[in-house]
Order: sequence, then structure tokens, then C-alpha cells
Amino acid sequence: MSRIIEVKDLIKKYKKAEKNAVNDISFSVEEGSFFAFLGPNGAGKTTTISILTTTLSKTSGSVVIAGHDLDREPAKVRRSIGVIFQQPSLDLNLTAEENIRLHSVLYGLYPFRPFFGMMPQEYKDKVHELAKVVGISKELFNPIKTFSGGMKRKLEIIRSLIHNPKVLFLDEPTSGLDPVSRKNLWDYIQNVRHKNQTTIFLTTHYLEEAEEADEVSIINHGKIITHGTPDKIKQDLVEEYITIDSKTQDALVMELNAKKLKHTPLADGSIKVDLQKKHPQEVIQKIQTKLSTLRIHTPTLEEAYVEIIANSENHHHARS
Amino acid sequence: MRDLNAIFTIAFRDVTKFLRDRSRIVATFMFPIIFVGILGSSIQSNLAGKSGYNFLTFVFIGTIAQTLFQSTASGIISLIEDRENDFSQEMFVSPISRYSIILGKILGESIVAYVQIIGILILGVVLGVPMSFPDILKILPLGLVICFMGGAFGILVMSQLNSQRSANQIFPFVILPQFFLAGVFTPIKTLPPILFVLSRIAPMTYAVDFIRSVYYWGKPEYSQVVLFSPLTDFMVIATVSIVFIASGTYFFINNERNR
Repeated sequence: MSRIIEVKDLIKKYKKAEKNAVNDISFSVEEGSFFAFLGPNGAGKTTTISILTTTLSKTSGSVVIAGHDLDREPAKVRRSIGVIFQQPSLDLNLTAEENIRLHSVLYGLYPFRPFFGMMPQEYKDKVHELAKVVGISKELFNPIKTFSGGMKRKLEIIRSLIHNPKVLFLDEPTSGLDPVSRKNLWDYIQNVRHKNQTTIFLTTHYLEEAEEADEVSIINHGKIITHGTPDKIKQDLVEEYITIDSKTQDALVMELNAKKLKHTPLADGSIKVDLQKKHPQEVIQKIQTKLSTLRIHTPTLEEAYVEIIANSENHHHARS
Repeated sequence: MRDLNAIFTIAFRDVTKFLRDRSRIVATFMFPIIFVGILGSSIQSNLAGKSGYNFLTFVFIGTIAQTLFQSTASGIISLIEDRENDFSQEMFVSPISRYSIILGKILGESIVAYVQIIGILILGVVLGVPMSFPDILKILPLGLVICFMGGAFGILVMSQLNSQRSANQIFPFVILPQFFLAGVFTPIKTLPPILFVLSRIAPMTYAVDFIRSVYYWGKPEYSQVVLFSPLTDFMVIATVSIVFIASGTYFFINNERNR
């Protein structure tokens, strides 16, 4: 696999700002992979996406996307990417189809025609097909003003995919959507990704959306603080443990002490046993006392994330 | 070719938006009614004898030039609205030249301006403005030059503004004085020194004079009404427009990207 995005020593300092919003970051994204870029508000995510999508100038560093240098060939970079911005960028006065048509012509897919009926058959078929996939067939010729947030997002996504971008940037695409809309949207994005080998560059606050990512980078205060697969990040950071309890809790505690299993009482009265890198099975087998409760804790990316950010905040404050 | 398509599609969007905005359509037709109908008619009734030429026609031709200039200029300001609605991002990440975006906007707003001209011509017929229709047809295609200048002026003004609110506050100040300095309603052949200088600086002066110089060409009123020859006006307009559009686009793109 080749690298489709390569960022080296990227720095962005906004005018009148004292600190760098993006402070010397480097990373790369493999072609066809799903890359999640996480971090708290104000960490530098949107700044980075804006630079990568050519709408914001950088202070220094180099960016190469799909083999094109951002400084030398911005038009070629633009042609290779699709962007879903944090704020929907649709024209509310136009119909859904008119928004798609405008986009298609801007990307040079079809010549300009003032009416849908005059567009080539290929375009018409494609629009109808896409509208059907995301379920806005009935509303295709309605003004966007009448659309719900979820419908607008769907429309933006089909619009951004109509020129078959190599990389799709999604800047918090599901913020403000209800759970059903979110799920539908992701099913669709994953489907497209597998069909067209589109590289996905995602920023999100919903950590569960990043669980499926091939690679995750976490940024805070303009610096990348962790990078790796979700599994690796979780392993490195989240403590693994089981929660147990027994009707004869005293006996259980004595046994745990005797067998030198590190444990702590939890607020709900049960006992947390640290796995210390052992498999849960190994630990459970050692315990003879009859258990009334047994839960194996599976770490989530969200827990890892919370811990990483907390650690980085401590460092940050310690230094400043 | 791709950029030409992009220009057309951006222009078409502006025209579509105009045609779907009823209150804007009504507002654009109100201005000529006020200017030609009320101002022009009342000056004509009271002062015409002293001027030696028909005032209603004078104001009417002036209003055509002023409408083309102002409508295109203020239409361009809608790029700020696009930015506030986040729609401009859609245009800025697309692989077309930044000049195509600006030219598309100017073309679209020029078409909108011409729709308004139709309204003004109808009004002229209704009011019985003495005008020569062949001469009107002659000036209409030349009006495109005025639109281009208005658009270029709009870009330069807009590039210095950062919000819709500041646009709403500032724009009337850069456009309204020009109505009077450019002599849309009043003759500006002789003026006190300060006003004279200001009037010769105002870009709209050359737009209005260009249209009048062509309309009145060969007519007895020519020397009383017209300031410069059509060629002089055209040269000024061309030079100013190119400077405005190049610097305006540069500032606009820079402000957009270099934050």
C-alpha cells in the first residue's frame, strides 16, 4: 500500500495568535485506509483539515496528497479530495438536485445545463441511483430549506462522492444527528469505502465511530500525542480488569490476598481485580470462592482517549 | 472549457437565487420607480426650462447605468453571505480557478442587473419618458462593460469587509455618494472644487458618462450632457476594472486563506 496523505512538520500559527494552533505535526495515511483524527475541541483538528483541503494556508511544513504537493498543485489536490465540512455547505435556496448539479459541473464531470431535463442521461441515472441509496428520492427536487439535518448530511455525502474522490475528509460528519441517521450514514460510508477503495479521513467526537478505524491519531494542543491502531492504543493505556463479588465477600478478599491478586473495592460493593496483562481465564481459574458476580471489562477506545487526554493535560500544565 | 462551465454554473446559481427571492425582486423595481418616477419627473416639471434639455430622459439614461453598476456591485457582496452560510467552502475546495469563481459571480449578477433594466424600460414606457428606442438598444450591450466595472468595484469593497453586518453598514456609504457625484440625477458639468475632484474620482461617474455619451452621440444635447468622449470613458473603465478585479480577488483569496 502507498501513502496517500503525507504531512511533514506541519505548523499553523493564526494571525494574532500567540501559540501555534498546529504545532509541528507529521503523519501519513495509507491509501484505502480509514484514518481517525481525534482530539478535544480546539486541539487543532479542524485547522489541520482546513489546511489539507486547501482552504487555509499553513505557516510551514509540507503536505502531499495523492502524489500532489499542496503548494505547487493545489488544483490537483482539490480534484483528488471530497470534503464534508463541520458546517453543511449547501445552498439552501437551491433544490437538492441543483446542489448536486452545481458540484458536478464545478468538478468538470458534466457541461453546464440550466435544467435537469437537459442533463446527460448518465447524470440523471447517477443522481437517481444515489438519491435512492440514501433515501431522498422523493425530496430530490425540493429546496434544501425543507430538509432535516440528517437529510442535509446525506445529500452532502452523495455530493462529495459524485466525483469519486481518492480521499474523503469528514469533519465531525455526524454531530447533531440522531442515532438512527448516524448509523445509516456510516453504513453508507463504509459501503462506499469498500466498493471504491476511498480513503477516509475522519474527525469525530463519537469515539465509537473511530473503533473501526485502521489507524488513529490523537492530537491535543496542536501536537500528536498518540498514534496507532485502536487495539494498540487501548492495550497501551487502558487497564484491563474483572469485577467479581461473592456472598461470602470476606472469604473472597482473604483468598485474593493470599493469592496476591491485586484488587480494590468498588463503589457498588463489588471487587475489581487487576488482570496485570494476564488473560481473564487465568485469573478466574485461581479463585476458589463461589462467585455471585463476574464481569469481564472490555476496554473501549473512549476510555483510552479520556485517559490519554487527561495525561496530556497534566503534562501540558506541568510544563506551562 | 471546464472553467467556462464553472463560470456559467456559478452565474446561474445567482440568477436562480434572484428569481426565487420575491422581496428582492420587488425591492429592485422600487428603486427605479423612486428615481425616475418621482425624482426625475419632479425635476423635469420644475427645472426643465432652465436646463435646455429633457431632464426625465437624462435621469432615465443615468439610472440605467447606475442600476447596472450598483446591482452588480451589491450582488458581489453576496459572497460574504455565502461565506457566512458556509457555502463558499463548497466553491473554494473545488478544482476551479479562483478567478472563475469571481467571474461567475460577476456574470450572474450582471444578468440579474439586466432583468432589472427590463423593469426600468417598462417603467420608462409607462411614464412616457421621451427616449429613442434604437439608441436604447445600442447602449444595452455596452452596459456589460458597466456591469463588469460594478462587479470589479464590488470585489474590491467586499475583500475589505469581513461580515455581512459590516457590509450592510459600509456598502451604502461607498455607493450612495456616487449617485450624486456621478451625476445620475443632476448635471455635474460644473461643481465646486472639492466636489469636482471627488466626482472625477468616483468610478460610477465614468459608467454613467459612458452610457450617456453613447446615447447622446450625435444629438444636439451632447455637449451639454456629456463629460468625456466614449473612448475616454471606456479606457478609464477598462483600466479601473482590471486593477479592481485583480487586487480585489487577490485580497479576497488572501484574507480567506491566510487567517
